[in-house]
Parts: sequence; structure tokens; C-alpha cells
Amino acid sequence: MAEHNSIWEALGFRKASGVGEAGWGRTLFVAIVSLIYFLPVLFIIFTAFKPQDAALSVPPTLSPTSFFGLIPDKYVFTPTIENFGSVFNRSMTSGGAPESTGFDRYFFNSIVIASSSVLLALVIGTLAAFGFSRYPLKGNDTYLFIILTTRMLPAIVVIIPVILMFRVVGLSGSYTGIILLYTAFNLAFTIWMMKSFFDELSLDVEDAARIDGSSDMKVFFKIALPQVVAGLAATFVFGLILTWNEFLFALLLSGPDTRTVPVAMNQAVSSGGRGTDWTLLAAIETLFLIPVFLVTFFLQNHLLRGVTFGTVKR
Amino acid sequence: MTSTTATAPPPALMRLSPDNWKLAILVGLIVSVIAAIALPASASFWIIGAMAAMIGAAFVVNAYRRKYYGGLLVAPAIAVLFVMNIFPLLWSLGLSFYAYQSNQQSIRFVGLANYIKVLTNDIAAPANWAALVNTAMFVVLTVTAQMIVGFLLAMMFAKQFPLRKYLLILVLTPMMLSVVASGVFFTYYYDPTFGILSYVVNAITGGQFILMSSKVGAVAGIVFADAWMWSPFVMLLVLAGLVSVPKYLYEAAAIDRVSKWRQFWTITFPYIRGLLMLALLFRTIEAFKLADLVILLTKGGNDTMTISYHLIRIANEQNKTSEGAAISYLMLFMVIVLTNLYLYIANRRSQGA
Repeated sequence: MAEHNSIWEALGFRKASGVGEAGWGRTLFVAIVSLIYFLPVLFIIFTAFKPQDAALSVPPTLSPTSFFGLIPDKYVFTPTIENFGSVFNRSMTSGGAPESTGFDRYFFNSIVIASSSVLLALVIGTLAAFGFSRYPLKGNDTYLFIILTTRMLPAIVVIIPVILMFRVVGLSGSYTGIILLYTAFNLAFTIWMMKSFFDELSLDVEDAARIDGSSDMKVFFKIALPQVVAGLAATFVFGLILTWNEFLFALLLSGPDTRTVPVAMNQAVSSGGRGTDWTLLAAIETLFLIPVFLVTFFLQNHLLRGVTFGTVKR
Repeated sequence: MTSTTATAPPPALMRLSPDNWKLAILVGLIVSVIAAIALPASASFWIIGAMAAMIGAAFVVNAYRRKYYGGLLVAPAIAVLFVMNIFPLLWSLGLSFYAYQSNQQSIRFVGLANYIKVLTNDIAAPANWAALVNTAMFVVLTVTAQMIVGFLLAMMFAKQFPLRKYLLILVLTPMMLSVVASGVFFTYYYDPTFGILSYVVNAITGGQFILMSSKVGAVAGIVFADAWMWSPFVMLLVLAGLVSVPKYLYEAAAIDRVSKWRQFWTITFPYIRGLLMLALLFRTIEAFKLADLVILLTKGGNDTMTISYHLIRIANEQNKTSEGAAISYLMLFMVIVLTNLYLYIANRRSQGA
């Protein structure tokens, strides 16, 4: 395969050459399918730009522009960015002066809690996965299965003892408590996922390195870990998405200072007894989507790079 | 691996040394039981916690002295899981043998009465069984839909093609939405007055279409929303397997003129089997816990009550904590049987291959 280091190639524009590559025909097909799949999300994002009265109109408004007359006028709405402002500042009572809604704090909380718990779970879980994969204990499968069972019970059953426990230890409403809980919540998936990636690696390279005098630590950091970058990226993305949107634990365990966005979103939308505030909900969700969307987008390269760098598989 | 060779014999029970975990367990158990009986709950909580930490420390020292690297690597994960998950699980298992309501002070031991009640009582049992049957239906439908759609999406993205990464992120986005927002918006899509679905169907048929008016429609609505959100999860796992297949295998197969069908089963499938299994396992576990979408879309109406939502009602709204715990342990038992079956089949296959 010839390498063309042009800007076109960097953008993904190149002819199909060699095995495992397809051309523009595939792009067109996938684009259509992907756009259809994306439509419900697109509708939410568009709703965030709608004026209040256009949100529940019949027929539903679908697009901010008519695309040069392609879409009939009755489906077109006039975009506004007012809703994004009212996420952070709006009048809480009808006719009252605008006041801060505290959403800047909730966004900060979500970022701190999700990122620290997912990273913690990734570090602890990857070590454990390597342990389970390379140094099997007596009853290894039993331990793995017990770890899996921690994900099986509905949150509501675990939550009562956890609330009581946090109250005794003084962790209720604190960052530490909810971060540790989310770390545990992510661990089962992290360990199982990373173990399946470590299991796929060839042991020959590691054994060769050991014979050459590498320590166990060096084998882990220099040989095993670089080969599972795709796995680390995928696990991080999954963990982040699950933690970012977790609702039930956050609802019951976070205090006023540590409240996360999903909880605040639920309150903001259902409070006031005026029914669902569609444009506000859409604006919050659109803003809330941006960080996790960007992280996923930038980790994608690792995700798609593949786990093997020419090493021989089992 | 042969790195786990023991260098010293295991310590005798009564020898006082930091790596004697047998003695640590013995002392820990005795002290904990005494503390639980004699001291008030807040004090005994700390003592039992200290005993657990002592046993853990003994295990770690033991593993370090005997070079059980596996034990050392696994220890932090086990510690976090024990404190945050396994300990609360055991606590609620204990609660399921007591008559306890979270809004009342009284607590008394009733043995298996809660389990017998939720399974056979004339008033409570039929609702439980109906919720269980519905849950089984949702598990089968949502997991099947997610596995098929996710797999097809992954095959679609398996090859490198122009603009792939920009299109992939579009498909991944549904998974990133908060279920609060996407669930509420699905009520809007399905709404008979304002919703898009009814608008389109009404325009075609001319009648008044209400999706949520029948059980079939309500189930289809929930399954569609859930499958739409979580198929990308399956896709990403399968895709991670697909990109790890070395290209030279396909090149060799192309030279040998192996058919696409056989290429898939002999080259591709072995690389994604483990990840497919993982996806199946985790989606099944999550499907058993399906509650949020049901709460948002039907509130359990039209016979769509799931066991997990039923549980929230019993434990949270009716405050029947120990009855809820009993139901959830019956549910846990079923999930364990099912996942063990999965793992058994998966292991047998991989040994046969």
C-alpha cells in the first residue's frame, strides 16, 4: 500500500486500495444509515434552538432552514439561542427576575465526578485484569463471577445499605462517597473488558522479554499495556458514558453541593407543574452531550487502531 | 504462568505474624460478632470495618511475601468492590430475612417468610409473576434487537472508507444521551397529539394512531427506544474485535480464493466471539434492570411492568424494604443461572475450537 501524505488523505479521502478498505460507495451507504440513526438526536439538538412556542407545534417543526425551498415552510422554525442562556439564568417564578440556576456548578460536578471515578476504575481495573489474566488465582473464575454479580442487582437494592453506610461514615453528599461508589460501579465492566483484551495477546513476546531479563513490571508497562490501547480507550469511553448519565445513585446520594446534571435536569424539567419544558430540556441535554461527545470523538482513533502492532497472536 | 511458585509454607494457625491470614480471619470474626452483639450499631460498624481491613492487610502481606503477584494486582479492585458493593449486597441479603420497613423502627427476624410471600401470597405474588414474565420478554426482545443491529452496524464500519470516523460518531451518539432526556423525548415522538410518529402515520392512514394504546404498541415503543440507545454499545465492542483481526489473514485468504462466508467464520468470527459474548452478557444483565424507560414511557401501564420497576415501587414508594430485597435476590438467582449458562456455552465452544 503506497503512502500518500496529502491533506486529502488526512481527511480520509483516498481510493480503495488493498484489503479491508472500501471506497466512496460505502461512504454514501453508511452516511444514509448513520443519518437515519442519528435523527432522534438531531431532533433534540434542533429543539434546543426552537423558540418556546414552536416546540409543541402541529405539524412538528423539523428544520431551522428550508434548504433552498426543499422543506415546506410549515416545517421550518426560526432558530434562537435563548434557551442556552436560560439553562444558567432564568426566572424561577412566573414574572420574577432572572436568577442563577446553579447549572454551572452541576456541570463542574458532573465533570469532576465522572472523570475521576472512571480514571480510578481504569487504573485499578486494568491492574486487576492483568492479574486475573496472567497470574490466575485458585478459583479465578469464581472471583471473576462474584465481581460480575455486583452489576446484576438493581441499584435500588444496593442503595439502602449504601445510604445507611454513608450516613454512619459521614460520606453522604460528599465527592469522595459518590466517586468511590461510581468507581466500584465501573470496576466490573472494566475488569471483564480489559481481561478479554489481555487474554487475546500473545504470550510469546512477554515470555521472550522475561527470558531477556525484563521484570514483571516492565513486561506489564512496556509490552502488555501498549498493545491494549484500543481496549483502554473503549473501556474509558463506555465507563465515561455510563457514569456521565447515571441517574438513580446520583439522585439518592448526591447532596446540594455535589448534584450532577442528570439529577438537576430532571428537577429543572419537571418542576413548576407546567408540564415538560421541552426547549429547556433539549438545551441542557445538548450542552451536556458536548463533553462526552468530544472525548469519544478524540479517543476514536485509538479505538479503531486495533490491538495488534504486528505481534503474533496465539 | 509459573511465576506463582510458593516460596514458603503457609503459616500455622496460631503463629503471630503479619502474613497469618488464617489467624486474622479467626480474630476478625470473633471480635466482629462480639462487637455486633454488645455495642451499638455506630460503634460496631467501625470495629467490623477495622477487622475487615486487618484481614485484607494480612492477605496482602501474605501475597507479597510469597510473590502471589495475582493477589497483589487484584487486591485494590477487590477492596473497593467489597466496601462499595459486596458489603451492601450482603447487608440487603440479611435484610431479606427480616420484617423491616424503611419508614418504621421495628425490625424482627422472619426467616424465609418474605420469600414465601413474594412467591405464593394471593395478593403480592401475581403482580410479581406478571412483572417477571414481562421482564423475560423485554430481555429477549431488547437483547436480540441490540445484538443484531449492533452487529450489522459494526460490519458496516469494519472496513476503512472515507469519512468513516465522522459517520461512526453519529451512530455512537444515542448511547451518550442521558436516559432522562432521551426517554422524555421518546414520549414526545410517540405522543398521539404532538408526536412525529402519530403525525406520519395519521397522514398515511387517515385515522388516529396511538402507539401506546395497546400492549404490542407499548412494548414495541419501549424495545425500539432501548435498542436504539444501546445497539451502539454492541457495535463498539464488536468493532473493537473486528479491527484487531490482522489484515494479512484476509490477504492470505484472498490469495487462496476463500469465499467471503468462509472468511467470516474461520477468520473474523474467532476474533469477535469473546467480545460478542461480553456484549451479550452485559446487555442481558442491564436488560434485567430495565426500569427508567418504562417509568418514562408507560409508567407500567398496558401490562409493561418490569420486575425492576416493580421493585422500585415496592422498596421505595411502599417502603417494603425487606420484601423488595427478597424479590431482588430471587432475581439475582435467575440472572446468575442465566449468565452461568452463557459462560458455560462460551467456554465449551472456545475449548472445542
